[in-house]
Amino acid sequence: MHDLQAAFMLAASLIYTGDADLAEIIGLSMSVSLTAVLAACVIGMVLGGAVGVLRFRGRPAVIILLNAMMGLPPVVVGLGVYLLLSRAGPLGVFGLLYTPTAMIIAQTILVTPIVAALTRQVVEDLYEEYDEQLRSLGVSGLGLVRTLLWDARYSLITVALAGFGRAVAEVGAVMIVGGNIDHLTRVMTTAIALETSKGNLALALALGVILVGISLLVNGAVAVFGGRSGRSKHD
Amino acid sequence: MTKSILPLRVEDLRYSVDGKALVDGISLTINPATFTVVLGPNGAGKSLLLRLLHGMLAPTSGTVACTNGVNGDLRRRQAMVFQRPVLLRRSVEANIAYALGALGVPRGQRPAMIELALSRAGLRDARRVHARLLSVGEQQRLTVARALACEPDIMFLDEPTASLDPASVQQIETLLLDANARGMAIVLVTHDVGQARRLGRDIVFVHTGRLAEQGRADSFFSTPQSDVARAYLAGEIIV
Repeated sequence: MHDLQAAFMLAASLIYTGDADLAEIIGLSMSVSLTAVLAACVIGMVLGGAVGVLRFRGRPAVIILLNAMMGLPPVVVGLGVYLLLSRAGPLGVFGLLYTPTAMIIAQTILVTPIVAALTRQVVEDLYEEYDEQLRSLGVSGLGLVRTLLWDARYSLITVALAGFGRAVAEVGAVMIVGGNIDHLTRVMTTAIALETSKGNLALALALGVILVGISLLVNGAVAVFGGRSGRSKHD
Repeated sequence: MTKSILPLRVEDLRYSVDGKALVDGISLTINPATFTVVLGPNGAGKSLLLRLLHGMLAPTSGTVACTNGVNGDLRRRQAMVFQRPVLLRRSVEANIAYALGALGVPRGQRPAMIELALSRAGLRDARRVHARLLSVGEQQRLTVARALACEPDIMFLDEPTASLDPASVQQIETLLLDANARGMAIVLVTHDVGQARRLGRDIVFVHTGRLAEQGRADSFFSTPQSDVARAYLAGEIIV
């Protein structure tokens, strides 16, 4: 109880005083995760939309694979990216290991299957409704995918949020490929892990409170934005 | 004015699923500016026939061909309205604009065509409204307006007013009659005899996938030739 109280006090004072280190950590967390989610949305939504609409050999296997990859363990993704980017790895020459770019790559790999699998489901449901009308209008191929993605835009915001939740909350992948280097690759989750292992529970909890707060804030902002455009009535 | 794809000649059209013929040897001709009502009990194969005519389904055998020498995708010169309005999650005018774009109407011509379609359908005031927020009657009116906007040679409608209130039915019927008067051929599927009487100039009566009877509406309703048509018009249940 005392710890919790202390944590909230500390969190409040850190935010109130505009602690520079904290701001840096939050800033890096946001920029890494948002960039990764953006990349994952571009790749995952096009991929999911295509799988949802196009009929090809091996489609059921692709769907199973996408769904299964939603549960990729972050540490495994971290390890894979580590091996790729390490000096001895195939992409070692770029010297990306222990940089924010490496963290973005890892989180993109982690989030893309989530976005793709959920988009596939959303687009396929919408396609069932639109199928005859769009065929009557002679819409097919990429035009079809584009139409469905645009018309599913409100549902896809939720998909992007699910991806963002995964990215901003994971610790395993960014820890391995980022290394939790102070002022360079330290993000909220790795900082929490470090402070906890140092026994600095109040600071760890304070960071946790802020992380949850940010998550609430992002979701709230989207809900308000979505509400304004009459999302619920459009679905 | 581009050459019309009509007359459309349908010859010995068959559509089978697992060896069962759902549309069985239907032949007919659809001429320009005609208003044909496809009548028949539920499950007779009317909707299937319409989809075959529109080229959305490939027939098991038989052909639907343009006898006017027009080649290419006939579907681009046709439009179809389904029983349940399918509207994109966009504004009223964006729905019409989308259809025009999909059919390759040059960008510059679209605004005038949208304007005309909206005013004909009485939807000008609702142009910026999200299509999904319209009433069901207005939604179907919009799908008809969207189909008409493309100025097709022929329009297919699959029971477009089946679940609508009388006022909406009347508005849609007026839209169809006006379009027909301008020279558009219309093929309407219905099992509502009253609607067939109000609108049909030619009647195609379908029963168990076959063409049971075909002819001018006045003679069909006054002196039906086939037993099934007589029974159907008398309000009996025919299986």
